[in-house]
Amino acid sequence: MKSTKFLLATTALTVAAGGAFADDHMADEMTIVSWGGAYSNSQQKAYHEPYMEKTGVTIVNDESSNEAVAKLRAMDEAGNITWDVVDVVAADALRLCDEGLAMEIDPDEHLAPAPDGTSAEDDFGDLLVGDCFIPQIVYSTTFGYRTDMVPEGVEPPNDICDVFDTETYPGKRSLEKRPINNMEWALLCDGVAKEDVYDVLETSEGQQQALDKLDTIKDDVIWWSAGADTPQLLADGEVFMGSTYNGRLFSVIEEQDQPVAMMWDAQVFDLDGWIIPAGLPEDRLARAMDFIYFATDTQRLADQAKYISYGPARESSAPMVGKHAELGIEMAPHMPTDPDNAENTFLYNYEFWADYRDDIDAKFQAWLAQ
Amino acid sequence: MSAITLEHVEKKPLSFALPVVGAAGGFAGLFVGTAQGSGILGVAAGAGIIALMGFLCLGILGKEMERVARWGIVVLMAVAGFLLGALPGLVVGALFGWFFGWFIYWIGEGRYRAKLVPYLTPGQVLWHFTFRVICGMIFFFLITPIVVVMPLSFNAENFFTFTPEMLRFDPEGYSLKHYRDFFTNADWQQALWNSVSIAPVATLLSVSFGTLAAIGLSSEHVPFRRAIMAILISPMIVPLIISAAGMYFFYSRLGLQGTYWGVVLAHAALGIPFVIITVTATLVGFDRSLTRAAANMGANPVTTFFRVQMPLILPGVISGGLFAFITSFDEVVVVLFVGSAGQKTLPWQMFTGLREQISPTILAVATILVAISICLLTTVELLRRRSERLRGMSPG
Repeated sequence: MKSTKFLLATTALTVAAGGAFADDHMADEMTIVSWGGAYSNSQQKAYHEPYMEKTGVTIVNDESSNEAVAKLRAMDEAGNITWDVVDVVAADALRLCDEGLAMEIDPDEHLAPAPDGTSAEDDFGDLLVGDCFIPQIVYSTTFGYRTDMVPEGVEPPNDICDVFDTETYPGKRSLEKRPINNMEWALLCDGVAKEDVYDVLETSEGQQQALDKLDTIKDDVIWWSAGADTPQLLADGEVFMGSTYNGRLFSVIEEQDQPVAMMWDAQVFDLDGWIIPAGLPEDRLARAMDFIYFATDTQRLADQAKYISYGPARESSAPMVGKHAELGIEMAPHMPTDPDNAENTFLYNYEFWADYRDDIDAKFQAWLAQ
Repeated sequence: MSAITLEHVEKKPLSFALPVVGAAGGFAGLFVGTAQGSGILGVAAGAGIIALMGFLCLGILGKEMERVARWGIVVLMAVAGFLLGALPGLVVGALFGWFFGWFIYWIGEGRYRAKLVPYLTPGQVLWHFTFRVICGMIFFFLITPIVVVMPLSFNAENFFTFTPEMLRFDPEGYSLKHYRDFFTNADWQQALWNSVSIAPVATLLSVSFGTLAAIGLSSEHVPFRRAIMAILISPMIVPLIISAAGMYFFYSRLGLQGTYWGVVLAHAALGIPFVIITVTATLVGFDRSLTRAAANMGANPVTTFFRVQMPLILPGVISGGLFAFITSFDEVVVVLFVGSAGQKTLPWQMFTGLREQISPTILAVATILVAISICLLTTVELLRRRSERLRGMSPG
């Protein structure tokens, strides 16, 4: 009797499971790649956990976004794509798209419309910078400085050119060990008008001009390569001011209570978002698409801002940004896109850097080695 | 004091003692000066101050007042240290003072020759101490980075920083929260579990295969012994990144990439060379006639191996196994390629942690790992000594 029951139950279960599988053809495990740290954490809270709860899928987190391009190339060559959804910066997404390693996604067909019915394409607007890339957040690279290292009787730094003014603001600065952003800031502070920066930077004289400007503070610069470096250097008091991602500075200031303040001037906006690797088998592709649809809707993007101070990429999400989940402070004034913070901004120039990156990189590295 | 002494202790002229202590003072001054902002000034000040102290002690106060002079130096340096760096400065200053007080008299009174044979030339004496100083410095440079990490892991803040509270030895500045984080955070626990489940299996495989290979390769009749040996040892010589990339493509084709067994096999391949090398070295001292004697008495090869050969080469097998274990436990490059997120090991987690978020949890993990390594090595060393003593291989 008992065994018959058991048999019946297992049969029923198998049938049910088989039926469910036949229904939607979706894989029940997926690997999502992201950056790690506080950023991954915010995604897990805002996207992964609700999605797992809703669908019962297991999400495995891989913190390999830093080497995503290289690894996706290797996977493609080995014919063994193990990732389902990958978080990359826009520049990497454009490269992957060009190489055919990422799938093209039509926003109107595959993404949720805004609550008021606006199509996804209009809702994301200009931020849809590539055919394969679904933007998630707007982040910015900007400066933070130690409030207790400002010399007495001097205004705290609030202008990008204060970075180059080592007389008024003595102390070390930390800058990213790559030409992007640094060259723009250097030209801006060497008298080049903002709208002419990229025209000047196209010429080799312009590149030299930027390097010459950087040369004036070279002895005072500590170069960073990981996003965590500048927060560490600021907390140590090793540097007076340093550039890093605004979310990192938010964490240093609000969560870690360090004597640090933001200098939003000439912050450079950049985008981070999802791509789906090309060549996934059907069931995994369906799962990845379903996840993307869920994770990039208006509410989910606004939710992420509860955990980290990056601006949601959808216009319709902005009014829904609320308070920090643990600290309870209003997040809107900490967003890089907040009007008070965004008086003077750049948007990462994807086209320019795609064309000139190799060339300027070589010059920059040569200059560094001098 | 006996009438005839071989000790060669005599007071040295000031023209010898002062430059020597001055130089030592300058060297110490370099560090203090650099910390205060000017290395060159530190060297000059250090050399001047210590030479002056040397002159006061040796030239004016002399040997009779040694106790007073040395305490005076300790107090003076402690006060100077306190002025420069509060409480920690006081401790460091007092230590400096103690050292220099001792050093001035040690040089000035010629005590440094006390324990040396009397016929050494000055050059040989100099080399005798230079050699010790070099050894000490090597030791210092190897150990310091490990030691620095330990107090930082008890930091109450989320940065790799000695906070003012920590330097004041204020309990507020210390906390166990990074250890708590390690033991409660699911990511770290998963990584720990992965490491613990991968390393022993990889070690078992490398020890079995490595020992068999070493025994086979040490018998005369195996053809191409050198070539086979070279191939088996190659994972140790070929840059890791190349092995890793090769394994990645190979395992991808076999469907092993991103699986538990893929990582285990990769780590076993990395561990085998260590086992082969240590076991081969032990086999050099192994007397082959013992196996022939066993065979003569009717033992089959398997029994001979386990009853006769294995116990004798066990120390080599164990130390090879230890190296294989540590290789797997510490390895980050290969697992980044061959593993997938499901096989994230501790070093991998530490690597991404360092890159994305400099959190002292990494230091807490590092401290725990150092403690485990020390325990492991001590245990193995004790076991080895015990077995040697039991078998009468060494008198100790």
